[in-house]
Amino acid sequence: MDRPIRVLVAKPGLDGHDRGAKVIARALRDAGMEVIYTGLRQTPEQIVNAAIQEDVDCIALSILSGAHNTLLPKVASLIKAENAEDILIVGGGVIPDEDIPGLKASGISEVFTPGTPTQVTIDYIRANIKRA
Amino acid sequence: MFNKDQISILKEAVEKENAKTQESLQKRPERKAEFTTGSGSPVKRYYTPADIEDMDYMNDLGLPGQFPYTRGVQNTMYRGKFWTMRMYAGFATAQESNQRYKYLVEQGSSGLSVAFDLPTQIGYDSDHSLSEGEVGKVGVAIDSLADMEILFDGIPLDKVSTSMTINAPASVLLAMYIAVAEKQGVPSDKLRGTIQNDILKEYIARGTYIFPTEPSMRLITDIFEFCSKDVPLWNTISISGYHIREAGSTAAQEVGFTLADGIAYVEAAIKAGLDVDTFAPRLSFFFNAHNDLLEEVSKYRAARRLWAKIMKERFGAKNPKSMALKFHTQTGGSTLTAQQPDNNIVRVAVQTLAAVLGGTQSLHTNSKDEALALPTEASVRVALRTQQIIANESGVTDVVDPLAGSYYIEAKTKEIEDQAMEYIKKIDEIGGAPKAIDMGYIQQEIMDASYDYQKKVETGEIIVVGMNKYQIEEEAPKGLLRVDPSVGEMQKANLVKLRAERDNARVDAALAALRTACEGTENVMPFILEAVRSYGTLGEICGVMREVFGEYQQSVNL
Repeated sequence: MDRPIRVLVAKPGLDGHDRGAKVIARALRDAGMEVIYTGLRQTPEQIVNAAIQEDVDCIALSILSGAHNTLLPKVASLIKAENAEDILIVGGGVIPDEDIPGLKASGISEVFTPGTPTQVTIDYIRANIKRA
Repeated sequence: MFNKDQISILKEAVEKENAKTQESLQKRPERKAEFTTGSGSPVKRYYTPADIEDMDYMNDLGLPGQFPYTRGVQNTMYRGKFWTMRMYAGFATAQESNQRYKYLVEQGSSGLSVAFDLPTQIGYDSDHSLSEGEVGKVGVAIDSLADMEILFDGIPLDKVSTSMTINAPASVLLAMYIAVAEKQGVPSDKLRGTIQNDILKEYIARGTYIFPTEPSMRLITDIFEFCSKDVPLWNTISISGYHIREAGSTAAQEVGFTLADGIAYVEAAIKAGLDVDTFAPRLSFFFNAHNDLLEEVSKYRAARRLWAKIMKERFGAKNPKSMALKFHTQTGGSTLTAQQPDNNIVRVAVQTLAAVLGGTQSLHTNSKDEALALPTEASVRVALRTQQIIANESGVTDVVDPLAGSYYIEAKTKEIEDQAMEYIKKIDEIGGAPKAIDMGYIQQEIMDASYDYQKKVETGEIIVVGMNKYQIEEEAPKGLLRVDPSVGEMQKANLVKLRAERDNARVDAALAALRTACEGTENVMPFILEAVRSYGTLGEICGVMREVFGEYQQSVNL
């Protein structure tokens, strides 16, 4: 790696809970990554555009509103439509375990549920980014 | 309160004892090098009168129901009646939520608490593109008066008090409530309830803002003025520390930032020409309950004392009701773990005790499964029973402010009050809460505290049972509540029908009049009421206001 890993931390949908997103953003930054945080209320289109424009290696989606089954697959399918599947997509938030297989099938590589140490997320991103 | 000679004898004894204990600590150290509260502030080994030597009983504590209300806002507190056990509920459609409310009323509940879905909270109709996937998820979907009529169908609005967690479009939902009451034949001066209506904490921590600061503050003062005349029993705002704490603040920050917001609302209303004693008695507050029992009890006492002094000294309030800080409490959602969710019942019980020992006026207890999903009916029942057990079986409700006079509690109360006052001073120097929020100062302070906490959890300095210690292998929990995904489609179909059937000329005229009122300086409430009565939708009404007022731009910093 000749440049730091770049991550877009994004809040899809209308959800206003951003404590987790901000903590993750800071933890990734403290781990040496370059972090762009979108702020609240981003549509899947806005998130994908930002990811491509900022040339990120990873999109980290935080959602606690229950709309994950609608919004997360939409981000993944837009990424596919842009032929940008080399961007790793991960998610986190209040997401029931039984929803995780469906999200993974849609293109979300990993889902981190409440209580996950930030180091686990950091390690996962480091080990799984697709851009060399 | 204390004899000076005795205090100096005591101080000497404490010094000697400390020196001796320090020696023994070399051999047998304590569990930790430093003890701190849940908020990270230092805790000494023990407290004595020397720690509260300057306390003046009548000035600092007073009697229950008397200035500065440290000991509670009523003279009999729970000997008179228990706090209102008010469970926040709402999901899917108005029909489904109505069924739940009717059930609660039949069970003898006199207080409803309405949760709205995110599109409603942000002023979008269910058929707006941004509403996709969100309709009916975190609360009930309300698009127009038609939904509100269904929501309160068969519920006598002159008999219940209704709390509505609604902020940016609070004026619209209040207008809908008044319009439903009109149809029931209930005049607005009989209505009792609360709208949250606290936009500043939306900018800080909760995120369901719409308009920029200035027009938002105007909407709030318009509501204060309108209600002081037309809906006099209504609590016009619930100034909320709850979400500030959930975002990761300390207990002292929760008090400091919340009261700073409160100061901003009072200043705005006075600037709009209102007399402080006409609106201040209807201000109410909303705090969190975390796990550090004694710190939390001290926090509520500190908030009451500080607010009473602010209202009396800073704003010259004369009516005692303007000085008495009434508050709702919710147990801390962020303290719940997804791991071993049954443990959450115990956390909620401790937090309930904190709220009750702290003198809350109403309480929502979280359910054990809320780190995973919306609660099921069974888990909501346990949460409600937790309150009933504390109320009926624990004995703490028979004596007012039972922890008063504890050296630790009184020292902590003073410490939190002083720290909160420091934050208020800093915010005053910046130019008030709205400016401090625009600059990102308050958000930054909370973020720092929240990140600090997270790091301590990850190093194990803070132990969360079942999460970073005493873990077990668990199966994924089953039977979580799911909202039917067809709710969004049903709401959309209803909107098509509504727009076809209503008197669209009347709607257009009402919206045009509202636009003119928004552009001018008249109170907007009567215009919103007319728009609501004509079955203008929430999205249409907020759309007009969006066009006139613009939208808030969040300041994003990490």
